[in-house]
Amino acid sequence: MTKNTGRSAAAILATGLIIGMSSQAVADENAELIVEGEQLVTKVAAPEGHPLDELFSGWRFRSDETQALQTDDFENPAFAAVDYGAELWETGAGTSGKSCASCHGDASESMKGLRASMPKWHEGENTLMTLEDHINWSQKEHPGADPWKWESAEMLAMTAFLGLQSRGMPVNVKIDGPAEDWFNKGRELYYTRVGQLDMSCSNCHEDNYGNMIRADHLSQGQINGFPTYRLKWQGLGSTHRRFKGCMDNIRATPFKRGSDEFTSLELYLAWRGSGLSVETPAVRQ
Amino acid sequence: MTKGARLWSAAFATCLAGTFSVSALHAETIAPTAVEIVDMEAKSSLTGKTGDPIAGRDTFADRKKGNCLACHANADLAELLFHGEVGPELDGVGDRWSTEQLRAIVINSKQVFGDQTIMPGFYTPALGARIADKFTDKTILSAQEVEDVVAYLLTLKEN
Ligand code: HEC
Ligand code: HEC
Repeated sequence: MTKNTGRSAAAILATGLIIGMSSQAVADENAELIVEGEQLVTKVAAPEGHPLDELFSGWRFRSDETQALQTDDFENPAFAAVDYGAELWETGAGTSGKSCASCHGDASESMKGLRASMPKWHEGENTLMTLEDHINWSQKEHPGADPWKWESAEMLAMTAFLGLQSRGMPVNVKIDGPAEDWFNKGRELYYTRVGQLDMSCSNCHEDNYGNMIRADHLSQGQINGFPTYRLKWQGLGSTHRRFKGCMDNIRATPFKRGSDEFTSLELYLAWRGSGLSVETPAVRQ
Repeated sequence: MTKGARLWSAAFATCLAGTFSVSALHAETIAPTAVEIVDMEAKSSLTGKTGDPIAGRDTFADRKKGNCLACHANADLAELLFHGEVGPELDGVGDRWSTEQLRAIVINSKQVFGDQTIMPGFYTPALGARIADKFTDKTILSAQEVEDVVAYLLTLKEN
């Protein structure tokens, strides 16, 4: 799986020894992710027309310690937010005082599979909507309830809680019909070089996954684990926050969270991870 | 420079204030838009002088400057952790390339390796879309820093 251009394993080992690279950076790339007794798909053959042959979850590229945090829901630091999400699910909002549960009942049934198909076309609004958009659309149905901010504790908790209801299900987004234009736009953005460092997403996540970039082990930049608990953030963050982070790093002006640009990019990236299990809430460095 | 010319430029600098007087002081610095790379070589020093390899070593490693270690392993900097694997190891690079070629690689690697390379151009106006405000109209390295890095790369010999 290592896509190391022109460097032998021996050379890597030698460098590792010379520069004293700590074992922390290098994980077992063949480990399988078993969460609460269920094996998730972290490696899968790519669908037809995909630029890569095999797809890997970002989990495979993380250190042993970080990997371990995701195998046990009691260890996974994201679960405080999941619990908050479950609480919000039952809490009445707006003037009607109705909760999500009063209309949708048991989330483990009504919300199962939703995250695996996101973002998706919304007939009523006639646009492509992320999970966040769907949540706020539903909030609108509550007279007097305010929409949640993209990166608010409430939104992160709810996307984590709803995402968990699809954990283990294969990512499977619709990219035809009215979604096709968005998909094409997302692909264009993925390959556009931006910022003072003049890089595209593909430079790092398609051409160089498996390679170290300074202290970071580059993954394919998959989004199947979002919202993700990042140790660096000391909390959960949305898919669009991660996009923003990568664009900031290459010294580009990021698009806004929830913008059409990031929503198209999200659709394209979701498709690039087709068949990987939803891992929400994942843990990353 | 004749006395007359110096007076003339001094007068000009006074009229146009700050920026102009700076460029007048460094009149020999080649601007990013004026750099010529022909056959993978940038012939002239950007500053008209040879760079300082010691300063170049720092610029090479500095995450906010060259950050070359992000992508390249370099045994000469073994004291620093985390060398990247995206580009080739740079040990012995001073034997493999000439001064003029190394200068071209650092200024705008695309003119040496082709448009597809991931390596940024460190002294070129041809950059990506949507550059963050803070970095607009700026090169990643200054002319002096490029010359320093080139001087440092030339010290990386096979044993
Ligand atoms: C300079 C290299 C670089 C570029 C260019 C880059 N990224 Fe990343 N990205 C990283 C690094 C390093 C990480 C953290 C390690 C990892 O998961 O790959 C990361 C992580 C991610 C992740 C999280 C993966 C996970 O499993 O949690 C996503 C999603 C992502 N990037 C998307 C993008 C998108 C979209 C773009 C283009 C707008 C982009 N990246 C451009 C370096 C880059
Ligand atoms: C984001 C990655 C990246 C960064 C940052 C980077 N390089 Fe490179 N560099 C590469 C790649 C990749 C190549 C190989 C050419 C190719 O495949 O495009 C390369 C090739 C080179 C070569 C030729 C090496 C050889 O043996 O043929 C030199 C010299 C070089 N880089 C110097 C530098 C210096 C100096 C810096 C910092 C000022 C730097 N690079 C920063 C990716 C990078």
